[in-house]
Amino acid sequence: MGGCRGSAVVTLENLTVSYRQHPALHHIGGKFVKGALTAVIGPNGSGKSTLLKSIMGLVQPAGGCIRTDTPRSRIAYLPQQSEIDRSFPMQVRDCVLLGNWTTVGAWGGISAAMLARADAAIHTVGLVGFERRTVGSLSSGQFQRVLFARLLMQDANLMLLDEPFNAMDSRTTAALLALIHQWHTQGRTVIAVLHDDAQVLAHFDQTVLLARELVAWGPTAQVLTEANLQRARVLAEAWDDTAEICHADEAAA
Amino acid sequence: MSDLYDLLVGPFAEFAFMRRALVATLALAMSAAPLGVFLTLRRMSLLGDALSHAVLPGVALAFMLFGLSLPAMALGGVAAGLVVAALAGVISRATALKEDASLAALYLVALALGVTLISRQGSQIDLLHILFGSALGVDEPGLLLVAGVASVSVVALAALYRGLVLETFDPLFLAAAHTGRASRPWVWQQSFLMLVVINLVAGFQTLGTLMAVGLMMIPAVSARLWHESLAAQLLNASAQAAAAGMSGLLLSYHLDTPSGPTIIGCAGALYALSLLLSPGGWLPRILKRPHRVA
Repeated sequence: MGGCRGSAVVTLENLTVSYRQHPALHHIGGKFVKGALTAVIGPNGSGKSTLLKSIMGLVQPAGGCIRTDTPRSRIAYLPQQSEIDRSFPMQVRDCVLLGNWTTVGAWGGISAAMLARADAAIHTVGLVGFERRTVGSLSSGQFQRVLFARLLMQDANLMLLDEPFNAMDSRTTAALLALIHQWHTQGRTVIAVLHDDAQVLAHFDQTVLLARELVAWGPTAQVLTEANLQRARVLAEAWDDTAEICHADEAAA
Repeated sequence: MSDLYDLLVGPFAEFAFMRRALVATLALAMSAAPLGVFLTLRRMSLLGDALSHAVLPGVALAFMLFGLSLPAMALGGVAAGLVVAALAGVISRATALKEDASLAALYLVALALGVTLISRQGSQIDLLHILFGSALGVDEPGLLLVAGVASVSVVALAALYRGLVLETFDPLFLAAAHTGRASRPWVWQQSFLMLVVINLVAGFQTLGTLMAVGLMMIPAVSARLWHESLAAQLLNASAQAAAAGMSGLLLSYHLDTPSGPTIIGCAGALYALSLLLSPGGWLPRILKRPHRVA
């Protein structure tokens, strides 16, 4: 599964992640192609966010392993918006400048070049004039643009985006998709959790279909078949509180 | 004119204890109030209250061993507060409990322990002194302690500032970006809690353990009503705390009321004014200023 052309930027080997013994990801293996746009799809609760979090090392695998060829300072991660405190008195420009954290850290100075790059990023996402506004006064679409500006600031080789277009209008989505395509032409790797099948088909060349188990991994057209999607729905519904202990690892050994 | 002098300057010019009390409260205002702003931003407004109870067993133990010695009691209080804060942090990382839940359990146990220790040894008057303090009783070592703590914590807060802001605003981004020891999220949280503890202990001498929290939290809460930028909120909180400290001392002198509660009362009055008049308050909402075209 996942026998992809090109070299891998992230390799998953028999990855299992569980919350209170229930697997959120169950024996997942595959390779993310370097420089590709990969969509991660699946029903709710199928482990998509967990997959991104485990690549970032934010949750510990219960089994298997993850290998990345990119140093952490070159990986950018955009979590779901609900995890950010938007009532914090933070100006748009300061928020974008936080993208420099991996290079300047807690005490380094912000150079004029960084300020110029921040303003350029704000310009790119179409928020000129909003620099001094607080993030709490923005709409969720505008705020998502701010977070994309912060991603631009981070200048990463590998981007992990968790539902980046959730609750965005079509204009914002189009603008942000254009940015993703720009990253693609610059040779950066993008892995995005998405829900819109048509969007995945139109813009992402690789797709991972999850339902806690891996359903399919490969070129989007081959993954997005009715049979695969149906299988994912059935698998995702099969939650059992008293499920038996999995012995797959021992059987394989 | 001389009336005004007698009212506002006279008490400080005349009495050394009033001058010491003034310097102590101004120093506390500078360091404690900005910490309070961060506590409200982190939705931990009640944490100061919890920690102020948590220092009690340390203070009591030091009192039993060394008598009414300020350095011993201060060190005991800091030690107890840090142990409780650190334990709560360890528990929240090692188990499914969130930090506020583990802290609630720990500080209640610490409070019970503190009260038990005090009632075994001291008289009721000692307990009152520890709980309610006395700004007018600040002596030279006490003043040095307060000024020292204030200096350390202002400098430390400046050093922690960026990390603390990021950890409060977007903890997941910080966790995802962590490349070395210094940027581990809990380092910021724990250093911040240490600052809160030493400020509460510095405050207990002048205001008492229960009242020290007031100077930390009340100006911070009302400062948040006035400004949209964090820097302005921090300055405003310090200014309000200083104003409350000065007017509280004068009022308690002229009206012969206990100084700690009077200072907190003044902070409360400023809070009430802020609730009414500030941009985020009640009157501007009622008056409905005309809106702009864009």
